[in-house]
Amino acid sequence: MAVLTMRDALNQALKEELARDNSVFLMGEEVAEYQGAYKVTRGLLEEFGPKRVIDTPITELGFAGLGVGAAMVGLRPIIEFMTFNFSILATDQIINSAAKMRYMSGGQFKIPIVFRGPNGSAYQVSSQHSQALESWYAYFPGLKVVMPSTPADAKGLLKSAIRDDDPVIFLEQERMYGMKGEVPDDEDFTIPLGVADVKREGTDATIIARSVMVPTALQAAEQLEKEGISCEVIDPRTIRPLDINTIVESVKKTNRAVVCEESHPFASVGAEISAEITERAFDYLDAPVKRLSGADVPMPYAKNLEQMAIPDVAAVVAAVKEVSYL
Amino acid sequence: MANQVVMPKLSPTMEEGQLARWLKKEGDKVSMGEPLAEIDTDKATMEMQALANGVLRKILIQEGESAPLGQPIAIIGEADEDISELLKTAATPKPAKAESANEKLPESDAAPEVEAKLSEAEPAKAAAAPSGDGHQPSAAPAGRVLISPIATRMASDAGIDFKTIQGSGPGGRIVKRDIETAISDREKAPAAKGAAPRLTLPRRGEKGGVHGPSAYRDEPVSEMRRTIARRLVTSLGPVPHFFLTIEIDMERAADTRRSLNELYPDLKLSINDLIIKVAAVSLIQHPQVNASFQDKTIRFYEHADIGVAVATENGLITPIVRAADAKSLTDIAAEVRELAERARARKLKPEEYLGATCSISNLGMFGIEEFTAVINPPEGAILAVGAMSPKAVVKDGQVTVRQTMRVTLSCDHRVIDGATGAKFLQTFKQILENPLYLFLD
Amino acid sequence: MDRPENSTPVLQEDRETLVKILHQMILIRRFEEKCAESYSLGKIGGFCHLYIGQEAVGVGAISALRQDDYVLTSYREHGQAIAKGMSPDAVMAELYGKAGGCSRGKGGSMHLFDVELGFLGGHAIVGGQIPLATGVAFAAKYKETDQVTLCFFGEAAVNQGAFHESLNMAQLWKLPCIYICENNMYGMGTSLQRAMSFQNVALKSGAYEVVSEAVDGMDVLAMRAATQRAVKRAREESLPTLLEARTYRYMGHSMSDPGNYRTRAEIEKYQERDPIKIFTTQLKDAGVIEDGDVAEIEAQVKEDVERSVKFADESPLPDANELYTDIYANPIDRNE
Repeated sequence: MAVLTMRDALNQALKEELARDNSVFLMGEEVAEYQGAYKVTRGLLEEFGPKRVIDTPITELGFAGLGVGAAMVGLRPIIEFMTFNFSILATDQIINSAAKMRYMSGGQFKIPIVFRGPNGSAYQVSSQHSQALESWYAYFPGLKVVMPSTPADAKGLLKSAIRDDDPVIFLEQERMYGMKGEVPDDEDFTIPLGVADVKREGTDATIIARSVMVPTALQAAEQLEKEGISCEVIDPRTIRPLDINTIVESVKKTNRAVVCEESHPFASVGAEISAEITERAFDYLDAPVKRLSGADVPMPYAKNLEQMAIPDVAAVVAAVKEVSYL
Repeated sequence: MANQVVMPKLSPTMEEGQLARWLKKEGDKVSMGEPLAEIDTDKATMEMQALANGVLRKILIQEGESAPLGQPIAIIGEADEDISELLKTAATPKPAKAESANEKLPESDAAPEVEAKLSEAEPAKAAAAPSGDGHQPSAAPAGRVLISPIATRMASDAGIDFKTIQGSGPGGRIVKRDIETAISDREKAPAAKGAAPRLTLPRRGEKGGVHGPSAYRDEPVSEMRRTIARRLVTSLGPVPHFFLTIEIDMERAADTRRSLNELYPDLKLSINDLIIKVAAVSLIQHPQVNASFQDKTIRFYEHADIGVAVATENGLITPIVRAADAKSLTDIAAEVRELAERARARKLKPEEYLGATCSISNLGMFGIEEFTAVINPPEGAILAVGAMSPKAVVKDGQVTVRQTMRVTLSCDHRVIDGATGAKFLQTFKQILENPLYLFLD
Repeated sequence: MDRPENSTPVLQEDRETLVKILHQMILIRRFEEKCAESYSLGKIGGFCHLYIGQEAVGVGAISALRQDDYVLTSYREHGQAIAKGMSPDAVMAELYGKAGGCSRGKGGSMHLFDVELGFLGGHAIVGGQIPLATGVAFAAKYKETDQVTLCFFGEAAVNQGAFHESLNMAQLWKLPCIYICENNMYGMGTSLQRAMSFQNVALKSGAYEVVSEAVDGMDVLAMRAATQRAVKRAREESLPTLLEARTYRYMGHSMSDPGNYRTRAEIEKYQERDPIKIFTTQLKDAGVIEDGDVAEIEAQVKEDVERSVKFADESPLPDANELYTDIYANPIDRNE
């Protein structure tokens, strides 16, 4: 196994799937000649040519809808949003077209399309460029939502997303593109959608974290271990459909749950997970489920304020202690 | 057929009632619908009517005492009917009975029996926050036990009555670890089964252990407690005081002091040192008195940090003996002496005189027989100690002269109810009248 | 509004085609009159947007397509669906919310689909179908088929960004897509004059260098001819075209429209140029058909429409467990 950055793991997945299936094409702003705003698509134009790796105008609604139309008649588009903040312009096509086409046609269509790009905070890019939108997309039946937290997961899940016959919102994280990890080189390596991963086993409290909160949760778990508190860290990896069973089984074992997310708290994925735990594992809880979310404010620019707006290791440690009554 | 009369629900929000006045005496005839007593609820004073015909055979709670809804407060039956069975089921042991038992029994055997009665009345591991009267150790201030779902399950699986457990979570919530502790305690002490429960005194701290201000837990102020607080404040002022006085036979305390000073001439133990220790130990037995009203919560302290009023040229100051419950008499004696000296020299640091959980003011040296002291907020109580003086008392049918002392407890009625304060004083009296309790554990 | 002078002489077409076109227009007209009746009887729910008055646009344009070409359109699509070959039975049953409907009762009036026939919906967000059609055209080019995609939308959709974004991409990437704006002069109750600063839709394509043509949307053969030119451009040169069909709807925006934004006189003025009436006259004048032929068409159409209503009435309601089908092509269900 090679050690790759998440950026290169994603690049490998794109390359392998473009090579594997001619109906796959990649489209987005600066994906081709510029080599990708975050270099995830580096080298792909060279390898697959301008027919399959396509630079678009800055026209998110247009190319998102174009992708859905192409998927309606058999292609497998990968639509890159330079960041998911810009996907907000395209939500009509993602939600009104991609998510519903199969249902409202009585099952006449498959919509095998992937919308991917970085989601959530970056570094001091302020309010309009730091949004975590997973709860938006996860709200809609018809969409699948994936959020990897390691290079291997990123590769395995992206390959599964591209091969899947449904629209998949694939949410990467800019802060994680440089993160390194072992990645299988096997071209058939995939990770099934809808399966959570136990990133660390433990007995005293369950931390449910996704995307960039996973490394934070793991650091917190390590610190807590030194204080004698054993934490289980669960990464759902797929937000919709959510593998709630794995989460609930863990909470039944530990009796305590902390849900971490960088998104806003109101009606968030964390709120959903918290509600599910309460419904399914109420009799096993020793403390109310603790949610740890990003601040309920537009993201500020100033470095200190930005840091305060995102849950950090200390906040996770404190939350675990709170549910453990310590 | 004899019937128990129970504390009735007289307002929609009522959780317990205080017996304001009995309108019938034991032995009086009562008929159905006739007013029997006046009950103070959280809202008003209400008349309670008899629901049976007969004779008021037994009054189970006295005027001024409170009882939760449904608790038997009296028995009505035929004049000659045997009510011993009903009395048994209605029995709510009170320190008053323990005291009388003490008096009836030969002294050498008294202690274990008294311990048993006492711990029934005030289990050391009582509920999170026994309500005013503490008859039901399970009742949290709001009348319900806070317990996490998994703790409920574990308690049920292990056959543990969680109502007997004190919760360590927020607001006294019983959590998983409390049940785990209960299970392991039970496993550790199987031999204790069947043996009479003992009065458990707080353990002494490590010799020379350093104590900061006492740790505490905050519990939400129940609706009723809020109502009481509001009503009393508007009628009496910011801290609604009430006063309880009790007379204590000090013969044995004086003996104890003398004996200890003979053994350790350097100790210079005073009666006041003994009073501090006994008060501290009693406070731990009665956490409601070692508490303070915090508007939205009632703060229960884990230790008794006793403020000792010291008169100086510049006025009164109260240096604090931290965690007096956990300190030895020796330590207390030395500490008080040292603190008093520095107090007079005006060399106390703020943390040495701010933040006691309860105070003691002793004017005995001025020959004051009895007085009332003003509470030092936010403490919940202050004990005013009068002079020890010889008094003729009737004992075993003979008039004898005994050293007696009168103490008056000033209570903040927002936290402490009459019966609560009274029970504290009974424990205080019981230990001070037999200081050997201090050396039992 | 100006009537474009680009009519095609009738006699350039063979009789079979001409009669088929007339038949389709009459079928659509009678079918929708029946829809209005069924709607008022409570048989059809929700929204129901009728095409009456605009038949020449859909029928004329679609008549220029090959069977494997694609059509995408808006929510006023009953007529285009029938013109693309869908049976009145499947359409009516869909309007009735029945299992026998083309979308198995899950789409309704605004979401008619038939993938086999290349009829790709039935889209109910104004302008939403325009990027989709652009994508379908993109796929045809990508797969190197010579299929053409026809996209219908109302003139109000021209004010949406989706229209402009799509025309830009279509010309930039040379996509075989024909955009047909059915300019019926009202976006719901707002007239063109009140909604569009520059009202010549056809000229707007100049901003993207897309070839465009304004067509008399009441003249079915003009629509057919203009679309044929656009199809040729798309199929042979892989280039987009914008056609502005100037037309008029007789009915309200939907069945719940009181219509008080325009006068009865205005409607009657356009009804004088009714597309069915003028086409019938044209055919009679040219000696292609006689009165008896029209009667025969009307009789056949009446039978087809009655049959569609009977089919819809008799078709069962969707099974209850249909509620949870067709959400995903690859359902993942670990939790139920």
